[in-house]
Amino acid sequence: MQDTLTTKDIIKPENLVYSKTKLLTDTPLSYCPGCGHGTANRLVMEVIDEMGIQSQTIGIAPVGCSVLAYNFMNIDMIQAAHGRAPAVATAVKRVFPDKYVFTYQGDGDLAAIGTSETIHACNRGENITIVFINNGIYGMTGGQMAPTTLPNMKASTCPYGRDVEIMGHPLKITELVAQLPGTYYVTRQAVHTPAAVRKAKKAIRKAIENQKLKKGLSFVEIVSNCNSGWKMTPNDSNKWMEENMFPEYPMGDIKVPSEI
Amino acid sequence: MAKIKGAIVVDIEKCKGCEVCVISCPTHVISMTKDVNGKGYHYAYMENPDSCTGCTNCAIVCPDGVISVYKIKVDA
Repeated sequence: MQDTLTTKDIIKPENLVYSKTKLLTDTPLSYCPGCGHGTANRLVMEVIDEMGIQSQTIGIAPVGCSVLAYNFMNIDMIQAAHGRAPAVATAVKRVFPDKYVFTYQGDGDLAAIGTSETIHACNRGENITIVFINNGIYGMTGGQMAPTTLPNMKASTCPYGRDVEIMGHPLKITELVAQLPGTYYVTRQAVHTPAAVRKAKKAIRKAIENQKLKKGLSFVEIVSNCNSGWKMTPNDSNKWMEENMFPEYPMGDIKVPSEI
Repeated sequence: MAKIKGAIVVDIEKCKGCEVCVISCPTHVISMTKDVNGKGYHYAYMENPDSCTGCTNCAIVCPDGVISVYKIKVDA
């Protein structure tokens, strides 16, 4: 019998084990081919789908590549001014303390123009979740240097590489906010391999579930590639990310609540 | 011995041909077509459908979520 088993026999609705979650709309993602943003969007939506909190979740996306998230995420979304997503999330969470509120921000947004909002929201210990996509570059505007750009890494505004003497060192904002007493759970993940994706999904789920405890802010950094900005193919950029980004931004939990 | 057989379905018009699924497949099932879709991208397809185990690695790593995975148990 198995000799006659064709692909058509396998592809039946009852044999489906994985497909895109319904909480991602059918709009084709506008991200570049191979960009980690798409995976991160899907992970957040999968977690919300599995927790069954679609109608109780409010997402906030500010400016950057993350700006179009409201086109893809089939939940209530608010568009914030550049860098101000944690401030908007603070307001939403204080008005609706029982809703799940998350922000979805990039590094040019969260670590540059929005540094003050980020640090103060973390310091106040707002019960929100911040999903931070770090690709070390301003992807949407054409690959300019970001605060998280690595030393000697080339970008369109530092064509000879980032000179730390003049331009300063990469800002490790995740380690920075882990120092603050207001944060409850701080972690750094990636989405470039299946194993990393599975771990990142668990971290995002924990970060959103933490909102029920009302113990403080949960912060998930996702180190991602920007193959267009880095001028590489997607697989080359993932390899480059492993070799260069991970030593500077090591994977793993940075602050874990002591009771779990 | 029971054997697991899998298959994938690719949403051709949404695939952007990034090839992240190709290196994520442990049994080297996927490769890119010579044809292009409406956007001009080479899209993923099953080159060796017999090797697919339905592990879902390709689908969970796909940035555009275009892959659906099907799996069936066959008694050999």
